[in-house]
Amino acid sequence: MLRFVLTRLGILIPTFIGVTLLTFAMIRLIPGDPVELLVGERGLDPVRHAQLRAEMGLDRPLLEQYWHYISGVFQGDLGKSIVTKQPVVEEFFTLFPATVELSVCAMLFAVALGIPAGILAAARRGSVFDHSVMGAALTGYSMPIFWWGLLLIILFSGILGWTPVSGRISLLYFFEPVTGFMLIDSWLSGEPGAFTSAVRHLILPTVVLGTIPLAVIARQTRSAMLEVLHEDYVRTARAKGLAPLRVIGLHALRNALIPVITVIGLQVGVLFSGAVLTETIFSWPGIGKWIIDSIHRRDYPSVQGGILLIATTVIIVNLLVDLLYGLINPRIRHQR
Amino acid sequence: MALLEIENLSVTFGALRAVDGLDLSIDEGEVLGIVGESGSGKSVTMLAVMGLIGFPGIVKANAVRFNGAELMHLDRRARRNMTGKDIAMIFQEPMTSLNPCFTVGFQITETLKVHEGGSRSARRARALELLAQVGIPDPERRLNSFPHQLSGGMNQRVMIAMAISCRPQLLIADEPTTALDVTIQAQILQLLLGLQREYGMALVLITHDMGVVAETAQRVSVMYAGQLVEERAAAELFASPSHPYTHALLGALPERGRDRARLPTIPGVVPGLYDRPPGCLFNPRCTSARPDCAERVPPLETTHQGRVRCFYPLQASKTGV
Ligand SMILES: Nc1ncnc2c1ncn2[C@@H]1O[C@H](COP(=O)(O)OP(=O)(O)OP(=O)(O)O)[C@@H](O)[C@H]1O
Ligand SMILES: [Mg+2]
Repeated sequence: MLRFVLTRLGILIPTFIGVTLLTFAMIRLIPGDPVELLVGERGLDPVRHAQLRAEMGLDRPLLEQYWHYISGVFQGDLGKSIVTKQPVVEEFFTLFPATVELSVCAMLFAVALGIPAGILAAARRGSVFDHSVMGAALTGYSMPIFWWGLLLIILFSGILGWTPVSGRISLLYFFEPVTGFMLIDSWLSGEPGAFTSAVRHLILPTVVLGTIPLAVIARQTRSAMLEVLHEDYVRTARAKGLAPLRVIGLHALRNALIPVITVIGLQVGVLFSGAVLTETIFSWPGIGKWIIDSIHRRDYPSVQGGILLIATTVIIVNLLVDLLYGLINPRIRHQR
Repeated sequence: MALLEIENLSVTFGALRAVDGLDLSIDEGEVLGIVGESGSGKSVTMLAVMGLIGFPGIVKANAVRFNGAELMHLDRRARRNMTGKDIAMIFQEPMTSLNPCFTVGFQITETLKVHEGGSRSARRARALELLAQVGIPDPERRLNSFPHQLSGGMNQRVMIAMAISCRPQLLIADEPTTALDVTIQAQILQLLLGLQREYGMALVLITHDMGVVAETAQRVSVMYAGQLVEERAAAELFASPSHPYTHALLGALPERGRDRARLPTIPGVVPGLYDRPPGCLFNPRCTSARPDCAERVPPLETTHQGRVRCFYPLQASKTGV
């Protein structure tokens, strides 16, 4: 088990280098540099421009710039934002809780709906319910997030007026962040109505971001269940005289969950990329929106650092999922 | 009174008649062997008795009586309360018949919990007792093992422990030794017979292996293409089979074919969905078939010795193989 964890952590280093190289190169491929965008449309005389570029170290050869960046990374220094002059790490961790909160809610939403839907669809294979679930899953999976988000906003915020359009909480409420998680902070603040407001702000983004994972989890649960329901041990469970609920919900599900857990782990990456769009649509002040804004400003250090930290998070979460996989599947647990 | 009585049982999967008008009965404490080639409907018959035929299978019967109670009329819950308790079943593949995600102890005590309740510690004690009874060494440790940590033979012992945990009156063993090493096969059979005597339960032993039947069963039912073709006391059946199919099966027995270079097999295969012949289902493969065998369906005749479905049963004198 320990060896397993160590090898998985070992993969981190090449991944790190790959991610840094990619983001470093890609952000520089976009035309325009930070100085131009800082100054705006009025323009700047070439001498002053060159001077500012030199201050930022952008006049050095690319290889040297990369070396400077990567040696910083290995010392835990991701540099400072060109725009705000704040350390990238600090900015990241101020905004990170907002993204985590949204992602966790979206994942809970996807799991809480997707697994039961998949089980029921498998248990009633070929029924109207099965066909509806699978049809909905296919639609949800192929729905562009942007379009889907706008659609929901038009319906629930525009026409019905049930949910707010943007932000994490109504502007009426103000309190110092304690944990950075709005649900918890608003609860702790004790202000009447704050928590409800936070929840109402979360609903649409959660649904939008959770839709693709929901579709994937429902489909995977269904197919894993269908496979498992034909296994001999399910027949044994029936032969023991167990109630159908127990046969399906315990004996079959426990085995079907093994592939489902893997898929849930893989969805974490999908979730973060979806968060970029979702946060932009809903003006959700999280990492996704921050990275998009940073790209617009050509804030090289913020983009590089942000993506690197997100990649690290995804890798760590996947590692945790693999460990969970071992816990739930005894055959794996005893192998290592 | 018979413990289990089946009258005119049919199981269909779409157009396929897996079991076709079967009558069968078994007495308390009796050992009944059911033999027949692959696909003849042995497993399906017993799964129907257990109430385990699911969609798309359809079970029909005039009666399936257990201890005088009509199983076909019981609601699902009452039926489940009997399944695994009064009638238990073990299967061919011990390695895949136990759930890989749960410990042996969990799987045994689960049956006890569902049917008998009792305290947790009482169930655990009973599980230990059962494991010892089926000959598993070091039961304390085995209780916490997962199926993949045990051999096929050990897993089959666990299956047996689970099946007998509620002291069933009828145990159905569907080819319990087929998947095991030859050396283990005999041990498992001995174990089953020992338990059968000890608990006084009836045992249905489904097998391909005529040798196994000869050593264990008191009575033998021979199935062919979903029908019962012959049923008699084991000793008589082996001495002088009446049905040509039984005769052919016995010819396929290794001991009898000792002096031949190769094991005789019966030419042809069991008819399936599309190739059911008219008349007697066995006639295309039968060595003693006459023209009218392909025209009329032979009924199951009751003779003083047993039952046989053949117009021209073999005479005792004719059957020195
Ligand atoms: N769930 C099912 N769906 C469709 N057909 C089935 C199903 N179960 C069994 N059958 C068919 O029913 C027929 C009888 O099968 P059964 O398993 O009872 O044979 P068997 O005598 O037990 O053979 P074996 O010795 O190979 O176990 C076979 O043709 C089989 O294909
Ligand atoms: Mg079978």
